[in-house]
Amino acid sequence: MQSIINRIENNQFWKFHGGIHPPEQKFLTNSKPIKPLHLPELLIIPVQQHIGVPGDILVNIGDTVLKGQSLTAPTSPMAVPVHAPTSGTIEKIALHVTAHPSGLSELCIFLKPDGQDKWRPRELCEDYKTLDRSDIIRKITDAGISGMGGAGFPTHIKVDSKPNIDFLIINAAECEPYITADDLLMREHSATILDGINILRHLLIPRLVLIGIEDNKPEAIEALKKATADINDIHICVVPTKYPMGGEKQLIKALTGKEIASGGLPIQQGIIMQNVATCYAIADAVINDKPLIERVVTVSGQGLEKPQNIWAALGTPVRDLVSLCHSTQPADKKAIIMGGPMMGFTLPIDTVPVVKTTNCVLVPSEKELNLHNTEVECIRCGQCAEVCPSNLLPQELQWSAKAKDHDKLKALNLFDCIDCGACAYVCPSHIPLVQYYRIAKAEIRQQELQDIKAEKAKARFEARKARLERERKAREEKQRKASEARRAAMNNSQEGTNAKSAVAAALARVKAKKAQDTGVSAETSTEATTEVKTETLSPVQAAIARAKAKKAAQAAQSTELNGDNKAPETGANAGADATPSDDKQSKVAAAVARAKAKKAAKAKQEAASQTPEENVPAEQTLAGQSSAEQEKAEEQMNTAPKEKPAADSKQAKVAAAVAKAKARKQAKAKAEQAESITEGSAPSQDEPEKTDVTSAEVTAKTDAAEAIETTEAPANDKKAKIAAAIAKAKAKKAKQSSNDLDESTDDSTIENPLKEGTVESKANSTTDSSAEDSDTASEVKPANDKKAKVAAAIAKAKAKKAVQASNAGSSEVDDTMEKADAKSVNSEADVAETEVNAEPLNGNDQSAPAVSSISQQKKARIAAAVAKAKAKKQQQAESN
Amino acid sequence: MTSLLLALLVLGVIAALFGALLGFASVKFKVEGDPLVEQLDALLPQTQCGQCGYPGCKPYAEAVANGESINKCAPGGEDTIKKIADLMGVEPEPLDGAHEQDNTPKVAFIIEEDCIGCTKCIQACPVDAIIGAAKQMHTIISDECTGCDLCVAPCPVDCIEMRPIAQTTKNWQWDLNSIPVVELD
Repeated sequence: MQSIINRIENNQFWKFHGGIHPPEQKFLTNSKPIKPLHLPELLIIPVQQHIGVPGDILVNIGDTVLKGQSLTAPTSPMAVPVHAPTSGTIEKIALHVTAHPSGLSELCIFLKPDGQDKWRPRELCEDYKTLDRSDIIRKITDAGISGMGGAGFPTHIKVDSKPNIDFLIINAAECEPYITADDLLMREHSATILDGINILRHLLIPRLVLIGIEDNKPEAIEALKKATADINDIHICVVPTKYPMGGEKQLIKALTGKEIASGGLPIQQGIIMQNVATCYAIADAVINDKPLIERVVTVSGQGLEKPQNIWAALGTPVRDLVSLCHSTQPADKKAIIMGGPMMGFTLPIDTVPVVKTTNCVLVPSEKELNLHNTEVECIRCGQCAEVCPSNLLPQELQWSAKAKDHDKLKALNLFDCIDCGACAYVCPSHIPLVQYYRIAKAEIRQQELQDIKAEKAKARFEARKARLERERKAREEKQRKASEARRAAMNNSQEGTNAKSAVAAALARVKAKKAQDTGVSAETSTEATTEVKTETLSPVQAAIARAKAKKAAQAAQSTELNGDNKAPETGANAGADATPSDDKQSKVAAAVARAKAKKAAKAKQEAASQTPEENVPAEQTLAGQSSAEQEKAEEQMNTAPKEKPAADSKQAKVAAAVAKAKARKQAKAKAEQAESITEGSAPSQDEPEKTDVTSAEVTAKTDAAEAIETTEAPANDKKAKIAAAIAKAKAKKAKQSSNDLDESTDDSTIENPLKEGTVESKANSTTDSSAEDSDTASEVKPANDKKAKVAAAIAKAKAKKAVQASNAGSSEVDDTMEKADAKSVNSEADVAETEVNAEPLNGNDQSAPAVSSISQQKKARIAAAVAKAKAKKQQQAESN
Repeated sequence: MTSLLLALLVLGVIAALFGALLGFASVKFKVEGDPLVEQLDALLPQTQCGQCGYPGCKPYAEAVANGESINKCAPGGEDTIKKIADLMGVEPEPLDGAHEQDNTPKVAFIIEEDCIGCTKCIQACPVDAIIGAAKQMHTIISDECTGCDLCVAPCPVDCIEMRPIAQTTKNWQWDLNSIPVVELD
């Protein structure tokens, strides 16, 4: 240690490996004083101007700020704030291209100066030695000082290290061939720089302060010597001019002979290095309470008339600096380089702002900038290895970088490369070696990030798998327990028979109540008791009755005018019979009759329009038969309860469902038959599509009727609603496939007695009979409403499917291609229409008292979203 | 005769000794699992996207160790295929045609006003990178998203889209575009 100090005191220094001597261009700017720059029209202040993380923005657009007011607040130790360089208003906070070789945009604060340059209140500090150590460091942090030599490392982290270090090195080497900013600063402000050095000495208590300066700045050396004449432990170390003397590791090696290990930091060797400009900023911050808001920038190059050093406010666009120095370059060929010629980068636009690390703006003439050298093969001359200041093997690195051999690059210590560009400078093959290294470094860093991310993803994936497994086990355990409990309960059930019967009784009561709810208010509680009885209706009998009714309906389908006249009559009669009697069976019969009547009416309608009179007698007989059968069915139904009074209601329901399914199948078959018949027997028929329409209508009707049937027979609310929904869907399908649906609507509404309001009205509501709907909806209890809505949703979905299916089907069946086309084109519109229809439906339901309109709206919105998605998918499918 | 017996005895003892040694070693230094699978798994990008036809990266690694073709990892692309080929000592193959796609890194993004809160995407996400609850708006933790694409298909309202990761000064790769340099081969 003492030998090193002795050597330094004798001005005998060391040499670092390699280095180059590019032609000096400092004479362009080092003879003129630093010129202050007027404030630009708009300051662009990047939120992050240093290595680390940006702070949180403290200001909003439109805020008025004072000079020196901080615009961001540091959120982590690696963050430093930025400050308003002058007073003014925040115009916007937006992305803008910043001083980065990528030319990518970063978040910037746009400040419009008001010209008053009004300071925020400042606390001037007469004697920093009276301040606490932590106070000084806080002042440095708040002033937003980061290394001003080029890298921009936050200064407060460097100065907050353990005191009693060996060497504090002040880097005044400034080895880039054009830059004179530090040179001029030392000449003009040596006293302030000395204050900064003293503050650092106060903080770090170094054994020796070394100011490393190249021998090409005699005036600066003189000024510093004068300023430090009476201080013993500050040494001005004049070192020979060699690029890159200003590199941290290179200067340490040159001044102390110590080498910093790969990946190590100078502090591990008891050394801390600061740039002279940083020292100036520290003095300003601690003594004058002036944050880092301006800096000296060398604006140089042979493309300028008046190259010079400028005091520029941070955030000043480079264009203002260049215009002050009068560029002679034509606008289209003007290249602006930020940083020195060795390590700088070309700017994509000239509005890039000056930041804390900007020490030079270079506007070279074309002959200065030799961009047109084309790269040729490496000739293995080895000059790059000779000049490398980091003792690396640039040619080997280059090959590995080109081969993307990351392991080899790491083995060759790529990350010790300081990007100085000496190797590229000497390369006779004009290989841009540094560019390859930069790319390789970025790739390796990216790869490392990806590896970390992959590791994280893997961990998360494993955790998820474990969680799913855990949940599955828990579920199984729960199920097992439940089944065990059931088994235990079953074993105990012998003694619990009494309880069971009580439960059954309760269930019956509940059902009775429900049935009552669905009925109109006219129906009294006496009917409820009869309904309980009807649950005991023989399922077999009911099924047979229904099947027969259907057969009759089929027969009636092909009837003519006469049959038509008769059918409504029977329907009306049946209805008349049913209403007065409180018996449930009669209701069922009435429903059947109504269904038949409807069908008959339908058949009549089409038959009347199409068929000739020759079939009249045969159909009359058919009609007669059907009416006879109807009567039979009614009789059977009436007798049914007497035969099997104690049958299970559940069985009845199942039977009803089966019967319904069969009936539907039959109805469909019948519809098809009808179609073929009409086509065959009535050649006079104009459009085949009409048969389609009518058949669909008939199907819908039959189903609707069946829905009523099922509702009445088992007296089960829920089922009724589902059935209603299905019916609704069918009705919708019919509606969409038909061009004239008015008559079908009319029919169903006319024959719709109030009794079946709940079910039928829902079916109607889709077929636009909103008046009827609102009437019946008001009768519906709120509890039913929700279920009805679910059913409506199901129906909606089915209707949609039906539309699509019918579209596909119709294109195959119908020979009229134009119809198919029109439908497929309109299919999307249809879906939308369905939704539109659905929403009014909900709207009608709103009239029921207990329904909250908010939930309705929400549901409607969701439905709209789903519809949108489906429409999108359909569109995609179509475009494919 | 004695020398013959002696020789047999000596050989027998040696054989028994080595047999015991081998037996002990096989118990003592038993390798748990297939180390090759672990190595392969480390090379895969861990997006857990299932594009290879296996439910995750580890199952594909196991399959590759058992002879499955090495060119099925679409997110990993050529680089991963090359690395697997190096490890397995086989020739690198071009990426399977069935999986060809651009493997620019992406993250999923939920268009929040369209989200209906169905939780289907949450169930699909292999790395639990989606937060939300039933009937509540969902969102993606973009730092955890592997860009596997698995949440896009289940969404009933198509409110999830894959967005390429924006290039910033932090992840910029020093592409040579900004500086006119020709690359030699």
